[in-house]
Amino acid sequence: MTASAGATIDAVVDQVDIVADQVVSLVLRRVDGQPFQPWQAGAHIDVHVGDGLVRQYSLCSSPEELDRLRIGVLHVPDSRGGSKAVHALLAGTPLTISGPRNNFPLRESRRYLFIAGGIGITPLIPMLEAAEAAGKEWTLIYGGRSRKTMAFARQLEDRYGADRVHIMAEDEVGRLDLDQILGMPRAHMLVYACGPGGLLGAVEERCMGWPPGALHTERFVASTLGAAAANAPFEVELARTGTTVTVPNDKTILEAVEEVGVRVLSSCRGGLCGTCETQIISGEPEHRDAVLTEEDREAGEIMLVCVSRAAAGCPRLVLDL
Amino acid sequence: MTVTTHEANVLGEDPFDTANLLDPYPFLGRLRDAGAVSYLESTGSYAVAGYQEVYEVLTDFETYISSGGLGPRDIRKDSGWRPPSILESDPPIHTVMRRALTGVINPGTVRALREPFTPPAVELTEQLARRERFDAITDLAEKYPLRVFPDAVGIPDVGREHLLPYGNMVFNAFGPENYIFKQAFAQGDEHAAAVMRNCQRENLDDTGFGAQIWERVKDGLITEQQATLLVRALLSAGVDTTIFGIGNMLSVLARYPEAWAKLRKNPKMSKFAVDEALRLESPFQKFHRTVAVDTVLGGVHLPAGAKVLVFLGAANRDPRKWGDNADEFDLDRNASGHVAFGMGLHQCVGQPIARLEMEIVLQQLLQRVAAIEPDGAPVPILHNVLRGFESLPVRITAA
Ligand code: HEM
Ligand code: FES
Repeated sequence: MTASAGATIDAVVDQVDIVADQVVSLVLRRVDGQPFQPWQAGAHIDVHVGDGLVRQYSLCSSPEELDRLRIGVLHVPDSRGGSKAVHALLAGTPLTISGPRNNFPLRESRRYLFIAGGIGITPLIPMLEAAEAAGKEWTLIYGGRSRKTMAFARQLEDRYGADRVHIMAEDEVGRLDLDQILGMPRAHMLVYACGPGGLLGAVEERCMGWPPGALHTERFVASTLGAAAANAPFEVELARTGTTVTVPNDKTILEAVEEVGVRVLSSCRGGLCGTCETQIISGEPEHRDAVLTEEDREAGEIMLVCVSRAAAGCPRLVLDL
Repeated sequence: MTVTTHEANVLGEDPFDTANLLDPYPFLGRLRDAGAVSYLESTGSYAVAGYQEVYEVLTDFETYISSGGLGPRDIRKDSGWRPPSILESDPPIHTVMRRALTGVINPGTVRALREPFTPPAVELTEQLARRERFDAITDLAEKYPLRVFPDAVGIPDVGREHLLPYGNMVFNAFGPENYIFKQAFAQGDEHAAAVMRNCQRENLDDTGFGAQIWERVKDGLITEQQATLLVRALLSAGVDTTIFGIGNMLSVLARYPEAWAKLRKNPKMSKFAVDEALRLESPFQKFHRTVAVDTVLGGVHLPAGAKVLVFLGAANRDPRKWGDNADEFDLDRNASGHVAFGMGLHQCVGQPIARLEMEIVLQQLLQRVAAIEPDGAPVPILHNVLRGFESLPVRITAA
């Protein structure tokens, strides 16, 4: 996995709770007793799990409480180190982490549909809180194998009510019926989905009939089950212009490039129309649009800069701009 | 919560009268100045012409629906002249049709069109560059899309002559049943039948967009009837619009010689010129939506069932969005966000094809034509909702 840049923080595990089958939640505090820096829904931290390995975990505590951070960790038997090491932690264990960083920010909208698959619930928990505090209309669809594997399901249902929190355990109601859930596009509604790649692929396919830009996803890489690092800041070299810009996690390539006065044609700005198609000279993209063909995705020669970013582990893209 | 509302400003002027159709912009300025939402006595519909309100209507597809039709009549009550197309549908019917189309028309499939779409543009512009003057509409804008687009869809040669008259019917029907409408429908049945025939699987070649749409029937995504309607949608929405797009772009560039010179030096800017021309002279000027539930827009109460006439062409020249030079062509302007292709759920599926055709024509002309200027007054076309020219005489200097 990628090594994290930036300052590390000495933290200590304050509390360990088993929150579901194979899922523990860790509450972390700073060793120096100081509060953590402010963060917003969707943020994650890097956790140094030993042997030079770094994993990303989404925060599922409340941004209101800066004296502690909570992460949820699924134990995967075949994962190389990450979750196993974290599972072995006991209260009182020191831990090196990064400050919160947000690669999956909640954008302003009138209403929200949240879709979680398994441990993908974690970044959505603060989002529900934010949407609720802002008085937005929202619904959560939370799918998992069975209730006992689904972390925080009960708490969420109790807190917000079953009319808005829909717990869909496979052993009770079968797999998520995405045609039913996403079959009817809604106006001014953003869809935030987080979970394994299979689920997100299916969600993306359904969202092709939604307005451009409605869907926001965070892919939990199966091997690590932390948040993928692909939202991290990265550099884009504009080969024709001869400048390099840094794309921070809360901006798209398109926005960052426009800010330095370079023109890129765009229309929907949501990964649906293809207008912002840009040639890649080097570097590996993570495609987040809804229109490129599989061949295009694999060839990696073009990307839609209004939504797509650099792939995890690729710090620099060189584009024909 | 109580929302204070006021009455819409009532406008006696008719957007569909001949003078306003031939020269729309003075009227559109008055309409924008009249307030956020006006009521048009002539058509009995509400009207929005400011960018903000147009954007709101286009993106709130639950409140402003398409299944009432894009014309002034509510086709839910009063069935229209043809089975509703993707354009006249709402979710969830729209959703599957849109998925089927997006799977077929996307950046990858459109990129592959650059190769077959280029030679006809080379040929046409080579011929024209040898002349001192030509008509940019009849000699170029009308010819080019018909040389490339029907092949891309894969329809047979027979019956192609019906495409333009059919497009003329489809689009004019988004306006009132005036004399323009009636003229367009003069041999309506014949044109409609011919176009429908070409939408059937057995009449389409095996490689075009048409056949690929039919593939989605096999997947079970859409029905045979929907496939027919989607091919029909391409044929009706994809020809006239691009003809006007190309013609309007040339009408603008002929008036801005400095822009032409700049583009010749830097042909990579062609796509920006295309975009800015689409903003300034939007081919698809206006259509209706239907209010699904009582709502308030710009402080005006709109009752369920009301029709709202959405002026894309006016939004694209709203000074509040585009600044004081909104009526000018500015090659350096960032025109992104214009609504010439609509916005939101129904945003034009053919957008990449339209941009490709316009860009290829422009690039090929730039290679061969050093300067282009008007050679007499252009003749605007009399059309209910599209903006374009019947004739655009130009004088050129070959490169
Ligand atoms: C410059 C040329 C073009 C312009 C200005 C244009 C304009 C538009 C506009 C404004 C809409 C939205 C209508 C609405 O919101 O109700 C639209 C939709 C559509 N256009 Fe285009 N168009 C152009 C070219 C094309 C081409 C070449 C094709 C075919 C390949 C095409 C096919 C469609 C289809 C199928 C829809 C319906 C999409 C839906 O309802 O989801 N258009 N177009
Ligand atoms: S602007 Fe539409 S895909 Fe990027």
